Amino acid sequence: MPSGTLAVKVGGPMASTEPAVVCSGLVRRYGERRALDGIDLTLQQGQTLVVFGPNGAGKTTLLRVLSTLLRPSEGDASLLGSDLRKEGWKVRSQIGFLGHQSLCYGDLTARENLRYHARLHGIGDAAARIEAVLEQTQLSGRGDERVFGYSRGMLQRLAICRAVLHEPQVLLLDEPRSNLDPAAIEQVEPLIGAAVGRTRVIASHDPAGGLAEADLVLGLRNGAATLLAPAAQVTTEQIAELYR
Amino acid sequence: MSAPRPPSVLSAARAVLYKELTLERRAPQTLTAMALFCASAFVIFHFALGRDEVEGALASGVLWVTLALAALLGIGRSFVADREEGGLDGFLLAPAPRTALLIAKATTLLIFLLTVGVFASLLFSVLLLGPTPNGSQWASLALLILLADLGIALVGTLIAGIAIQTRARDLITSILALPLLIPLLIAVTKASEPLLSVGGGTLAWRWLALLGLYDLIFGLLAYALFDYLVED
Repeated sequence: MPSGTLAVKVGGPMASTEPAVVCSGLVRRYGERRALDGIDLTLQQGQTLVVFGPNGAGKTTLLRVLSTLLRPSEGDASLLGSDLRKEGWKVRSQIGFLGHQSLCYGDLTARENLRYHARLHGIGDAAARIEAVLEQTQLSGRGDERVFGYSRGMLQRLAICRAVLHEPQVLLLDEPRSNLDPAAIEQVEPLIGAAVGRTRVIASHDPAGGLAEADLVLGLRNGAATLLAPAAQVTTEQIAELYR
Repeated sequence: MSAPRPPSVLSAARAVLYKELTLERRAPQTLTAMALFCASAFVIFHFALGRDEVEGALASGVLWVTLALAALLGIGRSFVADREEGGLDGFLLAPAPRTALLIAKATTLLIFLLTVGVFASLLFSVLLLGPTPNGSQWASLALLILLADLGIALVGTLIAGIAIQTRARDLITSILALPLLIPLLIAVTKASEPLLSVGGGTLAWRWLALLGLYDLIFGLLAYALFDYLVED
């Protein structure tokens, strides 16, 4: 399937007239290398796009472009109607980004880290919200400990707390359940799961799990889209093929 | 929860400044390294120069070369925690004005530089300085330290903002910061010279004015450029 020419729109109960994410001929280069090579896609509000692909395929780069951390080199990308190249500042308060790093400081406690992010997001009455997310992720009891002593799973739960603290409309999640045990996966479900109703873009290496929560599937190889289809039309074999 | 509104520059700057000072208080690395460097440099100068006491131009040179090199340590450490723990991404993802980061980082560096400046000046007067400055000379020296440190903090934050985007961060800091600091160092050493001379002297206002102009120019440059430096 040729890359960069696919565009699929998926309707659903949460869909509104304005798409949440639109990419058109999106290219992101690192030097000469094209980490994203002409991505076209449209994702409606309230839906979930799951991105599959082997290491280095461009999943993280796509999430970083959509989060406004990276600018597109060519083409267009918009989020909630705002052009990310020119108006990224407009939508930052609506983006919850979960990457490979927790973005939390090791020498601050979990509560201090969340208070810091709450102030940067202009959350006025943050204390209740902070306690609610810490309680949800079972970190409340250790919320006054410095984060450098946390296990990887605890750090991932804290990173999820940070990402959803400001109740964003769009979640950009890079392997959100990595390092989490089954109990922790259940704990974070109300924060980042489908039931929350937020638009989600998820990078995943789990064909069955990813497909189960997807409305739309994007398969990347070497930055190009080799698969873009509604989840109902995609099989786990097609996803497995991306990794061969 | 009430709907979040983007924070003001000052509100975001206060948040970052509080975070920076808390991190330094919990793990005092930058201030300790800068102070230790100054003390070591004075001891080395003491033996290298073969004198028990220095005064005038030599005293001014020794003091400010030491403070400038100590400042490089502080500049180099400015974004270390942000780089290692992804904190810069955390800030950039927020709807906070980028100028807040400049203000907070420059203020943090200024606080460190002033602390080390006071410590180093007192240590210098005990270990190496021949003449004993009087009250007004100490006040003039304090004013010079304030103006010079303000300039170093502005240039340093600007350079640190450039360096964090590159792979050769440590190298970039030294390569870019030292040449940019030359006018400031000339002005402050010339201005300090009479204050550290036997018999004492008064502050030359033209050097003070030059320091003020330097601070103004680099303050405006930092304000204009910082957004573009820290964003992709």
